[in-house]
Amino acid sequence: MSTGNAFLVLSSFLACAVEMVEALTIVLAAGLARGWRSALAGLGAATAVLAVTVVALGPALTVIPLQALRLVVGALLLVFGLQWLRKAILRASGYKALHDEDAIFARELAEARDAEHVERAGVDWYGFTLSFKGVLLEGLEVVFIVLTFGSAQGSIPLAAVGAAIALVLVAGVGVAVRAPLARVPENTLKFAVGVMLTTFGIFWSVEGAGADWPGSDAAILGVLGFVLLWSFVLVGLLRRERRLRLRTVEAQA
Amino acid sequence: MKWLAGFGRFWWDFVVGDDWLVAVLVVVAIAATAALAAMGVAAWWLLPLAVPFVLWLSLRRAIRSA
Repeated sequence: MSTGNAFLVLSSFLACAVEMVEALTIVLAAGLARGWRSALAGLGAATAVLAVTVVALGPALTVIPLQALRLVVGALLLVFGLQWLRKAILRASGYKALHDEDAIFARELAEARDAEHVERAGVDWYGFTLSFKGVLLEGLEVVFIVLTFGSAQGSIPLAAVGAAIALVLVAGVGVAVRAPLARVPENTLKFAVGVMLTTFGIFWSVEGAGADWPGSDAAILGVLGFVLLWSFVLVGLLRRERRLRLRTVEAQA
Repeated sequence: MKWLAGFGRFWWDFVVGDDWLVAVLVVVAIAATAALAAMGVAAWWLLPLAVPFVLWLSLRRAIRSA
């Protein structure tokens, strides 16, 4: 397997695992508070919409010339990846609260228990829409990542393999423990995904713009190391800055 | 019309997110790379130099507005 393809599967797996952990939390809250029938109906309906999206968009993307595709996909992934990376760095440096799956689960559960019971088409409407929206929104990110990564690297099936492994793993553990997967190091995973998305974004944007990388596909490793190093430097600088700010505030108080 | 606006807003939030300046600077950097490549200059280094700057700028903006 080439460097590019190995990173394709790994990136797809990590990104999809993070999104699926978040979707699982919402489905669990809907199921426990409003009943499994409505939660599973919402999950099924959202999965069907996502499947239609993949079937409609997947083949269309393969028709676009590779250089144009890499330019557009690279730019999108770079903007998208920098969003993830910015949030991850803000979390790691203490400027933003860490993502807490247990707290999110507790909040969703409380809101779902307090909501009014309205039955439509034989299912509890709140439970259905909560599960449907959660899976659809998190799933759209999975679809976006799998289709863009896969098409730009020339192998949507390989990206889908990474997503499928993540699905089996997260769903399997979720069914087994019937609790939010709070032990998954989600903040670290998000940091890793941000680094990966940014790396691929830089790599494909440059190729799509018509420039050549020295070392061809192997340059991905260099870009990855560079993005990772810079991210750690930023976390270190911001942590130090935040500590100094807190000390100044404490001294003034 | 309302649905269309909502649809557009969703994709804007999804792709561009909290900081529109990142998207603008990324597009400018890619366009500059394409322009240099079209002139026959080896331009692979431009984006790896621009991205750290864009990330740093975006973080400063996020911290300032927090």
